[in-house]
Amino acid sequence: MHDPEHHHDEHEHSHGADHGHHHGPFQKDHDTGPAGAYEVLEEAIRSLLIEKGVLTAQEIAAQVDLMDSRTPALGAKVVARAWVDPGFKRRLLKDTRAALSELGIDIGTLAEFRTVENTPKVHNVIVCTLCSCYPKMLLGIPPAWYKSLAYRSRTVIDPRGVLTEFGVELPKDVEVCVHDSTADLRYLVLPMRPKGTRGWSEAELASLITRDSMIGTAVVAPPSEPASRERAAS
Amino acid sequence: MVKRWERRAVKPATAARFTRGDRVRVAARPVLGHCRTPWYLRGKTGVVAAVHGPFRDPELLAYHKPGLPARVLYKVRFKQGDLWGRYLGPASDQLEADIYEHWLEPAK
Repeated sequence: MHDPEHHHDEHEHSHGADHGHHHGPFQKDHDTGPAGAYEVLEEAIRSLLIEKGVLTAQEIAAQVDLMDSRTPALGAKVVARAWVDPGFKRRLLKDTRAALSELGIDIGTLAEFRTVENTPKVHNVIVCTLCSCYPKMLLGIPPAWYKSLAYRSRTVIDPRGVLTEFGVELPKDVEVCVHDSTADLRYLVLPMRPKGTRGWSEAELASLITRDSMIGTAVVAPPSEPASRERAAS
Repeated sequence: MVKRWERRAVKPATAARFTRGDRVRVAARPVLGHCRTPWYLRGKTGVVAAVHGPFRDPELLAYHKPGLPARVLYKVRFKQGDLWGRYLGPASDQLEADIYEHWLEPAK
């Protein structure tokens, strides 16, 4: 639409108004400032896909809605269940897809899932050095830092340094295992259940579980010790 | 409608060449175009930690091909100390990555 070579009679129309194309009005992500290069590129490709009948605007909106419905709360529900139900935990570690379907969670067919368990001896952390593969179907849209070149490159060569910056100090006798999700699998970290939560309900437990703890850049703090206080003390 | 390939293939072209516990070396060859083998693992030796099964070849999928023959995908476990000139953490630290069979060679 911003292409000066584009000779449709649309110059007097504001962006998103009816300008003779087949798609309807389009709500911009941001109201301020001119569109960035990638925004222009995305809109051009999306418009072409719709015009050529490859996708409909409804299908795109449905996919956006699906992704918006996925948040770390979904992952937290899975982790909380694994903490209270040893049978579920076993099944989750053995066949994540099947265990998730027990909870009514459909992770689609674009990638396989694996769950890796943190123990007193092993701490797992997830990264994708090639791009930014992330367990979106369980945790939603990744944080910006997960996609940053700094996180992606430094986590593989200096995981303990990166973890320290996140406030996680691990003793030397705890093995750090970095998972570079290079291919068709997505990884979920099953964090350790904190002390002081005996008898807690699944919903109460889930409220403690953070997004970062399921990426492996945090541990789940005990209820009486907020993470901020732990960080201040270390 | 656009064709959305399921990445997991129904069956591999051949049986898996490696099994859990095998020592493998990642090929050090350069490649033009899309591939899912990170540079920092090329030429490095690790151990097969799991056989994930056959998946359509991402090096072909990237160019809108069906991605066949499928490639067996492995989880390969490396010692951090074997990957970097000077790894700062303890020798027990590990790194795991998913590598397709055509990038793996037997190692001693």
